[in-house]
Amino acid sequence: MTEQVFAHRPDPQPDATGHFGKFGGRFVPEALMAALDELDGAFRDAWSDPEFIAEYNRLQRTYTGRPSPLTDATRLAEAAGGARILLKREDLNHTGSHKINNVIGQALLTKRMGKTRVIAETGAGQHGVATATAAALLGLECVIYMGEVDTARQALNVARMELLGATVIPVTAGSRTLKDAINEAMRDWVTQLDTTHYLLGTVAGPAPFPEMVREFHAVIGDEARAQTLELTGKLPDAVAACVGGGSNAIGIFQAFLEDPDVALYGYEAGGEGVHTPRHAATLTGGSVGVLHGTRSYLLQDEDGQTIESHSISAGLDYPGVGPEHAFLRDTGRATYESVTDTEAMDAFALLCRTEGIIPAIESAHAIAGAVRLGNQLGPNATILVNLSGRGDKDVATAADWFGLTIESSSE
Amino acid sequence: MSRMAEVFAAARAEERAVLIGYMPAGYPTLAGSIALIETMVENGVDIVEVGLPYSDPLMDGPVIQLAVSKALAEGTKITDVMTTVEATAATGAPALVMSYWNPIERHGPEQFAADLEAAGGTGIITPDLTPEEAGPWMAATDHHVLDRIFLVAPSSTPERIQLVCRASSGFVYAASTMGVTGTRTSVSVKAHDLVERTRGATPLPICVGLGVSNGAQAAEVAEYADGVIVGSAFVSAFEKQDNAADGVHAVGALAADLAAGVRARARPTERLEMS
Ligand SMILES: Cc1ncc(COP(=O)(O)O)c(C=O)c1O
Repeated sequence: MTEQVFAHRPDPQPDATGHFGKFGGRFVPEALMAALDELDGAFRDAWSDPEFIAEYNRLQRTYTGRPSPLTDATRLAEAAGGARILLKREDLNHTGSHKINNVIGQALLTKRMGKTRVIAETGAGQHGVATATAAALLGLECVIYMGEVDTARQALNVARMELLGATVIPVTAGSRTLKDAINEAMRDWVTQLDTTHYLLGTVAGPAPFPEMVREFHAVIGDEARAQTLELTGKLPDAVAACVGGGSNAIGIFQAFLEDPDVALYGYEAGGEGVHTPRHAATLTGGSVGVLHGTRSYLLQDEDGQTIESHSISAGLDYPGVGPEHAFLRDTGRATYESVTDTEAMDAFALLCRTEGIIPAIESAHAIAGAVRLGNQLGPNATILVNLSGRGDKDVATAADWFGLTIESSSE
Repeated sequence: MSRMAEVFAAARAEERAVLIGYMPAGYPTLAGSIALIETMVENGVDIVEVGLPYSDPLMDGPVIQLAVSKALAEGTKITDVMTTVEATAATGAPALVMSYWNPIERHGPEQFAADLEAAGGTGIITPDLTPEEAGPWMAATDHHVLDRIFLVAPSSTPERIQLVCRASSGFVYAASTMGVTGTRTSVSVKAHDLVERTRGATPLPICVGLGVSNGAQAAEVAEYADGVIVGSAFVSAFEKQDNAADGVHAVGALAADLAAGVRARARPTERLEMS
């Protein structure tokens, strides 16, 4: 099923200038425009070349481990009003999250463009680990920018990236989180366009990134749609995913956009609550503006200064969101809600105990959303959830949250 | 003729380049930034670029990042930027604002242009706005008769240079290098080539920015460009001093050095001595 990448996607978005309605576009220094044009051309050329697609599919099968399974979460379902819950197991991908889908695509594209170096931003470290992995696999030099706050709370992933041969540069500017890592990666990119590809990790940034990253993640929805049909004989009633920048959500939503009876739900990080200043819920608590090269919803003050986001989940701790989500929100095709730190951690514990799956805290937001949705839709409903990543990286955070103590084994 | 056009015409008559100096509003304080700008003008800066501090300045290097984060920590708002513009205009030098796009979009392009006009500003440089996304901005700046300055870069294709020049008024900003703001030991050779390529596309003055930090470099750029834009060097000159008085003095001295530099091209003998 991974062979027919374009199969059922008549989606006209974005338009030829990279806009999703009034969202998206390119708000970048002139110096980057030529590189974005080059990337756009290279992507379109590659993504219509059967050889490139075959190589992408081969790596997805033999290296990532695709297709990822669909798990019928029957014990979790009991806590979700009896609704049937199907988990799309992106946590079982090599490197532990959906991020690898996009990375394989862009890393192959990097080689095709004749570039030898990739740079990337990372928040939770999952995208950084995936990028470092693909760089090792394809023999590319790799530099990862990571906010200093995140290098501290995701120390395990820093070590993983370094083991894989990447250089991790802690970013000390601004709020020292994901948004500042993106700024720094852009600054690096503009000075080394000849050798370097900026391997952006989500469906945000200037065109063509939102579209390109979506296409490399569309495999999630393509597989999940077919698997759900095979298992249940019908389409799901709802699809649920967590939304940081929005890549795993777009990846699974994509296959269902043209199915009007399938409701699409995105769950943002509500942090300590959307009514407090400490959250990362851009679509439910933000306003329209421009950040990191694209027009979308973001957290900003009345002068257009970015407001620092907050979430227990580093991967959702971003004050912006991909422009296609802004479009899906405004057109009403998808619904976005927020999930607080507490709700997410409750769902984290629930999934551990009912299904024997330790989810990424990001993905726990989707689980919390699905439980909420199940209780609303009732026992006849089927909810497809994108379990975007595994929680190994979050064990220290979770132990801390639940009051467990971890003894250091090295002393 | 606009105030800025007069300045370019006067410099042309003196066979020299125009000196454009950047300073973020609110750095190190609101009053402090105004004092620095006054010193810059007194010592030969012809046109002032008042920076609007922004939380995510992705075209700026560490020096300006630090300065704008200090200005934001000081609580600098758009109204303070307008106050700084007013004070700048009072010196007699044309006042431009340099702003990333989002603060303008959030304030409302029409409102921003109206406020800037009311403050006596003459134009705006928007480093992350390209003509493709500038529709509402073109309308607002036309309505309020403000110069809108877009950038060309060494990577710009001939088609893009045409596009940028057609959208610009006042002057065209030639980014000398593929990179962010910051002082460099030498100004990229790409700058000269870019200015030549841009000449063919516009009768507007062409000013070179990114990397100029002293009089000798300014003289070099003044050989082929109509204006020399200096930012990070002014900020570092201030930042390096232990107290504000010394900082102001250092900024004044740098302005004088640069002002001599942009005049050096008219005196070939001096140029020989320098090299
Ligand atoms: C497991 C996991 N899920 C979700 C996300 C959020 O990203 P996105 O919204 O682009 O899927 C991350 C980001 O690091 C992640 O690691």
